[in-house]
Amino acid sequence: MSGGVDSSVAAALLVEQGYDVVGMMLRLWSEDCGEGGSNRCCTPGQMADARRIAAQLGIPFYVIDTQEVFRGTVVQFFIDRYAAGDTPNPCLECNRLIRFEWLLQHALAIGADFLATGHYARVERAPNGTARLLKARDAAKDQSYVLSVLTQEKLQRALFPVGDYTKAEVRALAQARSLPVASKHDSQDLCFLADGDYRRFLRQHVPDAVRPGPILTRDGRELGTHSGLPNYTIGQRKGLGISYPEPLYVLGTDPVRNALIVGTADELGCSALLAGRVNWIAGAPPAPTFRAEIKIRYKARPAWGTVSAREDGTVAVRFDAPQRDITPGQGAVFYQGEVCLGGGIILRAGE
Amino acid sequence: MRTIYLDHSATTPLDERVLEAMQPYFALYFANSKAVHRLGHEAEAAIEEARVTVARCLGCAPEEVVFTSGGTESDNLALRGPAQYARVHNRPFTLITSAVEHAAVGATARQLHDVLGVSLRILPVDRFGRVDPDDLRAALHNLPTDGIALVSLIYANNEIGTVNPIADLAAIAHEYGAYFHTDAVQSPGHLPLDVTAMGLDMLSLSSHKFYGPKGAGVLVLRQGVPYLSAQTGASHEDGRRAGTHNTPGIVGTAVALELACAARKETSAHLAALRQRLVEGVLSQIPDAELTGHPEERLPGHASFAFKDVLSSTLLMVLDQHGIAASSGSACKSGNEQPSAILEALGYGPAWTRGGLRLSLGHSITDDDITAVLDVLPEAVAAVRRLATLSHA
Repeated sequence: MSGGVDSSVAAALLVEQGYDVVGMMLRLWSEDCGEGGSNRCCTPGQMADARRIAAQLGIPFYVIDTQEVFRGTVVQFFIDRYAAGDTPNPCLECNRLIRFEWLLQHALAIGADFLATGHYARVERAPNGTARLLKARDAAKDQSYVLSVLTQEKLQRALFPVGDYTKAEVRALAQARSLPVASKHDSQDLCFLADGDYRRFLRQHVPDAVRPGPILTRDGRELGTHSGLPNYTIGQRKGLGISYPEPLYVLGTDPVRNALIVGTADELGCSALLAGRVNWIAGAPPAPTFRAEIKIRYKARPAWGTVSAREDGTVAVRFDAPQRDITPGQGAVFYQGEVCLGGGIILRAGE
Repeated sequence: MRTIYLDHSATTPLDERVLEAMQPYFALYFANSKAVHRLGHEAEAAIEEARVTVARCLGCAPEEVVFTSGGTESDNLALRGPAQYARVHNRPFTLITSAVEHAAVGATARQLHDVLGVSLRILPVDRFGRVDPDDLRAALHNLPTDGIALVSLIYANNEIGTVNPIADLAAIAHEYGAYFHTDAVQSPGHLPLDVTAMGLDMLSLSSHKFYGPKGAGVLVLRQGVPYLSAQTGASHEDGRRAGTHNTPGIVGTAVALELACAARKETSAHLAALRQRLVEGVLSQIPDAELTGHPEERLPGHASFAFKDVLSSTLLMVLDQHGIAASSGSACKSGNEQPSAILEALGYGPAWTRGGLRLSLGHSITDDDITAVLDVLPEAVAAVRRLATLSHA
């Protein structure tokens, strides 16, 4: 429970459905934690909000000190991957290691059968107990992308009570129950930053990863100097600070040479990617090679392609049409219709 | 599910007899005790009667009883009053306390040092949390000749239950001309409280710790103790503590203290027997567990433990789900768990200092409750230890 509308309504719905509900809040690490700090996702005010909601629902409420483990896993991962030249998605790691591992284990330790969250997604359970992860009814709010890291065992323990509702309906449900309707951060935010500025955070915590270096074309011509690789995103056009007859775009990075690779619009885009650390929610891919829609960012539009599971556990994706912003470190998540099959972390664009 | 309440050191439920005694003073005899009119006399009479009762229980004169808002305020007045007196009389002030005081003393002492420049000496404690009389003697050596010195040492420790040899320590302070205050908040109903017999100059109590009301307490301030009120205002409590009297709280305090003192020997024997069973059960059934504080010289109803590789707040959550209300001794529910400063002062290492558990017994606890706790606790500790390994994943 975050004190926000989604987890509050989730808890309220479960209480109404007759579940024996226990509220838990994760106290996560953030830059300005400690004395007088106002951690963005678990401020004293949000803690008080969540406590009030729990009291209103008549359920116990506990705050779990997760600062050390969150700093040691998710935040460190974020720092390490940026230092290695990736653009990591810490929410995927948080769901993998914190929410659906650390928090789930705490829930199981107090005798819980399920872990419910305020995520927008749905779980479909077969009579034999196996579970499938489905997109949320509200396509605009769907969060199945960040839940693609759940294993079958974990998904069977998961409940997403608001996934059957649109955000507008959830707000109405909250209003009808006199619950707070204010929205807290969405999951693409980086909750551990003091100010939302990840570039500043990296300069402070991994100064080595934010060094100026050359701006190169694919064929190695140096066009200028960049201010540090994490300051750029793939597909970016503005802010390169170089004059050139044609508009230039960021094509990628070369971490070894600390170089930013740029090119013209027709060079942009790539029809293939390779992903590692793959999770199949069903335990295995539906076929060695299969057609699917692939999402390469949390907010990306799914694109059709062919997915091939390789012997070494990685997955190769060939898109029907070139994709402009395949970014190493982000998740590639596979869908067939409403069903999220799982996903992996993008290792590189290309074959 | 019935809750087994094992947090009596944090607070106790109000005794029904106390509630009954307080009842008329909310709406019926509501008047201000300082009022000239007859309505005010009722309140004043009740307060002065309560003062006589409290004085009788504590072995002092009624005029040495100051009613406060609780233990924290009493401790604040006890430290600040003499410090301020010394300040206005231009006399050096020395404050001697220990590393295991309640924050009401510890934080106040630090602030007096920081703000008033009071000379502060913090005594170490042994493995059980007791002050060594020789350390006190050493700290009392070479005091400024024209100065005022105050020793403030806790009678029975809230977190680890250890009882200091308070009469002996007070006698040493007096040998060196120092005044002696004790925070006796945990003691009523469990330990002797005669300030004359024990030779104390000041003593703090908090009514809700002995089945009295919250928001009420006592400071015993013996005659002759240098004191300049740290709570200024009108002339209540003879100028020692300003603020309109909390008449129901004061009446309740007196009744609760009288009940606690009358039943003390019986209560302590009963609680000590239950505690013994609890301690033996925990130490024999749970690996890497230690009783913290002194094995014998401790509050009779107080059992405190340190478990290796356990996070207290998680253990408390698991116990709560089993209907056991307990505490770590240093309350924190904001998910920002710091190591226990008390356990650190006792010499416990980092694997132990976040794993404190305090089970404090009281009137409601039965032998069956102890059995129930011993049925649940070993598995609860094991479950929390399994979780702790996740943080190293």
